Amino acid sequence: MRKIALMTGNEACAEAAIVAGMRFFAGYPITPSSEIAEVLSRRLPEVGGVFIQMEDEIASMGAIIGASLAGVKSMTATSGPGFSLMQENIGYASMAEVPVVVVDVQRGGPSTGLPTLPSQADVMQARWGTHGDHPVIAVAPATVQETYEWTIKAFNLSEKYRVPVILLMDEIVGHLNEKIVIPERSEIEIINRKLTTDPPEKYLPYKITEDDIPPIAHYGTGYRFNVTGLSHDESGFPTNDPVKIDALYRRINRKIERYKNEIISYKTELLDDAEVCLVTYGSTARSAKRAMYEARAAGIKVGLFQLYVIWPFPYEKLRELAVRIKKFIVPEMNLGQIAHEVECATRTEAIKVNRVDGSPVTPGEILEQIRHVSV
Amino acid sequence: MFPYKKYLRLDKFPHIWCTGCGCGIVMKAMLRAIDRAGIQKDDVAIVSGIGCSSRTPGYLDFNTLHTHHGRAIAFATGLKLAKPRLKVIVVTGDGDATAIGGNHFIHAARRNLDMTVLLYNNHIYGMTGGQVSPTTPFGKKASTAPYGSTEPDFDISNLAIAAGAAFVARSTCYHATQLDKLIEKALLKKGFALIEVLTQCPTYYGRPNRLGSAVDMLKYYKENSIPVETARKLSPEEIKGKITIGVLHDIERPEFCEEYQKLVDRVRIKNE
Ligand SMILES: Cc1ncc(C[n+]2csc(CCOP(=O)(O)OP(=O)(O)O)c2C)c(N)n1
Ligand code: SF4
Repeated sequence: MRKIALMTGNEACAEAAIVAGMRFFAGYPITPSSEIAEVLSRRLPEVGGVFIQMEDEIASMGAIIGASLAGVKSMTATSGPGFSLMQENIGYASMAEVPVVVVDVQRGGPSTGLPTLPSQADVMQARWGTHGDHPVIAVAPATVQETYEWTIKAFNLSEKYRVPVILLMDEIVGHLNEKIVIPERSEIEIINRKLTTDPPEKYLPYKITEDDIPPIAHYGTGYRFNVTGLSHDESGFPTNDPVKIDALYRRINRKIERYKNEIISYKTELLDDAEVCLVTYGSTARSAKRAMYEARAAGIKVGLFQLYVIWPFPYEKLRELAVRIKKFIVPEMNLGQIAHEVECATRTEAIKVNRVDGSPVTPGEILEQIRHVSV
Repeated sequence: MFPYKKYLRLDKFPHIWCTGCGCGIVMKAMLRAIDRAGIQKDDVAIVSGIGCSSRTPGYLDFNTLHTHHGRAIAFATGLKLAKPRLKVIVVTGDGDATAIGGNHFIHAARRNLDMTVLLYNNHIYGMTGGQVSPTTPFGKKASTAPYGSTEPDFDISNLAIAAGAAFVARSTCYHATQLDKLIEKALLKKGFALIEVLTQCPTYYGRPNRLGSAVDMLKYYKENSIPVETARKLSPEEIKGKITIGVLHDIERPEFCEEYQKLVDRVRIKNE
């Protein structure tokens, strides 16, 4: 039976991770994400999983990669300063194609910034935080319900594509207490990584397969393979061969690019006849929705485009919309990070509604811009 | 002769180490120790950071994980906790374990997580071309200490003991036969076990400090090492400048994986 509960986004994230099969969590406390660690320190022993509070976020990220390579679905959770420290090993997970989920409950930055106040200023760090050309998937829920659903989907995406997936929450979503309907297990899709069927002596951990996603083996199962953060060949050993290096970098990036239409996810509302489009994500989507209804009540043709998956970004879809939409408005709690991507996609100037003072963007502020462009 | 080939990935040779480097001596001692301890290849995971020493796992036919500079112990922590039946060996350098990875090192010792850390202490950053390390002795030269180091060096073994390691031993590349026995003991120990091995780097430590050839450096280890049993009878003045070798520390302490399992059992019984 479906269950109705009252919980915060952080609690929903922790509970959903367990449902997704996560059995290893390593983290370091930081506001506004700490409740995820607190809940999991209680819950994981109950389900036979492991919780460990590490000495810092670098170690937390390293530990979850180690655990995932042993075959256990793993996660960490943090906020701005900790997310910065995790970048080194997020790069490792991209390079070595290790499925892991990294939760970043965003707060204001840079630096220690605004520990207890919301922000959405890590969207670019989620994409480009670690060095080099690398693949990543980032998702952003707006409600506690969506947090539950997208935590499970984050694991599914990570397992399916062998990439680190960033769950970009924000302080508002993390700390908000609201009603959630917990689906029945039979309604929930759980995807597990594809395991190799090759015998150990034939196994190549980075085999070039038709689908670009090499089947995985786990440590301690008779497959004595090597994993490294150095550029490597199919066998998983370092290589300086330009042909093999090129093949590796192109494949790990292509594997997200070629499946982007399966990965990309968004919700549209009232867009069919819209002249103005609100492109929005995370908790700001809630303000945007309210502004949209008020504008509609006043007869303005405005619609909503809410991103669930931020990276890969839906450039093509927005480009299509740009043919008939007159104006794109992008409200966000940063100085225009996603607005910039919208401009790239639509080749028009986006209207930015930004807040970087630790307050949410209000429906009123968005409505004002809607009215302004609709006169 | 000991059947090293059984444990090597022969297609990965030749290795990258310089002629006379101590890395191979430590690697071979580790293989003899694993063999004598009777641990199966499939049950061994070797995790390393970045450095000349950290290239060791690539040559070995085990479950191998080559991570980031300083992070081997962090990765190993997750791996061990996720699969406690694996025998986890961390191979690391002095810079890897005590500079960039210092925090992970002391916390793994404190937790007393069951793993063997084999630390190749060559007093220098080998891989990057001979820069000063936290274990470069005061006054010794390095490419970033051209006038000699003005910093005191770490006593790694003492650091591990203070942090809570269950087993700590020190040896040198000269004492290869003692070394494999110490590694074997460490492998059989439940808890955090450190073996600090003084390893010659003739290229980047020996050359700028005019320490002679690799053989000369090995002779130095031979002539300046004293067994810990002897050292304990001597005054601090008498052991100054000497290398104390042998088992420095061996105690029983609750081990992290076991304690965690007890907690899981407790929580589950309560909830039934
Ligand atoms: C984050 C980071 N910083 C710096 C380096 C460059 N680097 C590679 S190995 C190394 C030092 C190696 O010295 P040590 O750990 O003592 O090992 P050795 O090579 O002497 O065996 C450094 C600084 C790196 N790879 N990553
Ligand atoms: S630089 Fe030093 S440590 Fe590195 S391989 Fe050469 S001798 Fe060995």
